[in-house]
Amino acid sequence: MLADKDRIFTNLYGLQDPGLEAAKKRGQWDNTKSILELGPEGIVDIMKKSGLRGRGGAGFPTGLKWSFMPKEVKERPHYLVVNADESEPGTCKDRDILRHDPHTLVEGCLVASFAMRANACYVYLRGEFIREREALQRAVDEAYAAKLIGKNNINGWDFDLYVVHGAGAYICGEETALLESLEGKKGQPRLKPPFPANVGLYGCPTTVNNVESIAVAPTIIRRGADWFAGIGRPNNTGTKVFCISGHVNKPCNVEEEMGIPLRELIEKHCGGVRGGWDNLLAVIPGGASVPLLPKSICDDVLMDFDSLKAAQTGLGTAAVIVMDKSTDVIKAIQRLAYFYKHESCGQCTPCREGTGWMWRVMTRMVKGDARVSEIDLLQEVSKEIEGHTICALGDAAAWPIQGLIRHFRPEIEKRIADFSRMAAE
Amino acid sequence: MSLRRLAPPEVQPASFAFNAENTEWAKATIAKYPQGRQASAVISLLWRGQEQDGWVTHPMIESVARMLGMPFIRVLEVATFYTMFNLEPVGTLIQVCTTTPCWLRGSDAVVDACKKHIHPHEHTLSADGKFSWMEVECLGACVNAPMLQIGSDFYEDIDGPITEQMIADLRAGKDIKPGPANSRRSSEPEGGATSLTDTALYDGSIIGKYKVAAPPQPALTDAEAKKPTQAASDRESPKQKPPGAAT
Repeated sequence: MLADKDRIFTNLYGLQDPGLEAAKKRGQWDNTKSILELGPEGIVDIMKKSGLRGRGGAGFPTGLKWSFMPKEVKERPHYLVVNADESEPGTCKDRDILRHDPHTLVEGCLVASFAMRANACYVYLRGEFIREREALQRAVDEAYAAKLIGKNNINGWDFDLYVVHGAGAYICGEETALLESLEGKKGQPRLKPPFPANVGLYGCPTTVNNVESIAVAPTIIRRGADWFAGIGRPNNTGTKVFCISGHVNKPCNVEEEMGIPLRELIEKHCGGVRGGWDNLLAVIPGGASVPLLPKSICDDVLMDFDSLKAAQTGLGTAAVIVMDKSTDVIKAIQRLAYFYKHESCGQCTPCREGTGWMWRVMTRMVKGDARVSEIDLLQEVSKEIEGHTICALGDAAAWPIQGLIRHFRPEIEKRIADFSRMAAE
Repeated sequence: MSLRRLAPPEVQPASFAFNAENTEWAKATIAKYPQGRQASAVISLLWRGQEQDGWVTHPMIESVARMLGMPFIRVLEVATFYTMFNLEPVGTLIQVCTTTPCWLRGSDAVVDACKKHIHPHEHTLSADGKFSWMEVECLGACVNAPMLQIGSDFYEDIDGPITEQMIADLRAGKDIKPGPANSRRSSEPEGGATSLTDTALYDGSIIGKYKVAAPPQPALTDAEAKKPTQAASDRESPKQKPPGAAT
């Protein structure tokens, strides 16, 4: 188990004061100037060596992403945009960072902006996070007042931080949709390339990072890449905030080592699965978008990017949704299918039409009012959606259903058989 | 996608204007964005308008469009795309999260409480005209499921009876307490945190403990950027290219 001294978000639960003085006492803003003295290359180098992979879901190496930004600022200014549009079902880690440890983020924004030669940063929160927005704004105001950020600040890099918000669209968590929304448009993703590092916000070089990826940066640099790389497993290094929800005795957020066994995570921090480990039916290991895992795999799977990928799913946002044997697993996935139907932005036909189609078929399958051959049809249609859309929402809508068919096909067939028998009687 | 239309003309008010305080606030908000990019403020302005008047009206959209120099249709697009904008009067809106994590923990009982005490149908004002409710998609408080949002606040770790009590208290004009309804402070495990118990984290002993040092080995070269490692998402990794590469 990770020791408390190796945890980055030491006020995750808000048991301490989120204010600046208390944050400094917890080690934030501790000689930030010395971090900036490393220079942009030095910072990016440490981030690369630390092995930090983006915490927003895709797991792209953060240091590498930062290095994509142009090396000098020409006529177009650079921007850092922080993605705090946390909407993936099951995920609520950024919320705790925003409301309880906001100074980790504010300091991280300064460091990351300096590393990418940006003088302005926008933090885009989801619209529903109103109290979180207020908490972050308080921290930003404190940092301005203490001259930690702003023009002519004591850290020696002119830097403005703006808190902005959306208004209830899951798709704005996709980086280019977020940029569209930030420009005051509908949140519909852009085609890539050009990538945001080339043409991003207002057509300028932009990097979009998740809250957690940015907020861990100052601590990584302060304590060294080796410290961070020494936690977890190769290529899956560091600590991660896990959100465990659903049928566990004590749902919670907790910062743990990457690669912790799923079972240990649930039993150590969440008081175990409701009714005991043997009462487990399935787990969605990384937020609604990734395929679920049946108990047989959950017994010994490790919680990191590569282990879960090997199990045909993904770490995603590390939002663990636990389902015990009382769960109607078809209904659980049907509800997710509705979610994607509701949140599709409507831009690409396969997703706009396909998510609705899949939801309608899934709704019939919950009752069993379907033919067995429709399971294969559903699988096929999900494959037609996956990879045929501008952004990954189409994939995200297809994967949970593919996971259900992969692991719970007998359950669906039984439901259909039961329904047919009832109808015949 | 959800189909969203403005309320019919007979419900629309004749005009809209920000009050003095909000006008000042709007100026400051527009100033957050670079010159010529004032359209970026459209969501913030509509949201402030909704906070002021309770819902997004046709005159409000026209007024915001004028303030930001945007065509009416662009603001209308935004108002109908983002689901937090109420396009009709809603009273006190109770937003119940029913996505899978909340559903697993019993959000059906919360919905039933709303059906019983407000209206059998969502998006419909209660008989006294003060309340309405709706099912919403994941609000991002999944470890505190089930939960609902009223105004700016989240009400977490609730169940059917607690929801009924909350609605009754609101009807009676009483204040209700935001946050978890059980003994939790926020997202820690119920009954006490299993981590972050080391008091040395909070006594200030960490200040100055770690000195920033450049790593001893030479910095990685730019060529390193051309070799993306395996990302969790297959679609992302092979397509990443460094800026300036031929597209």
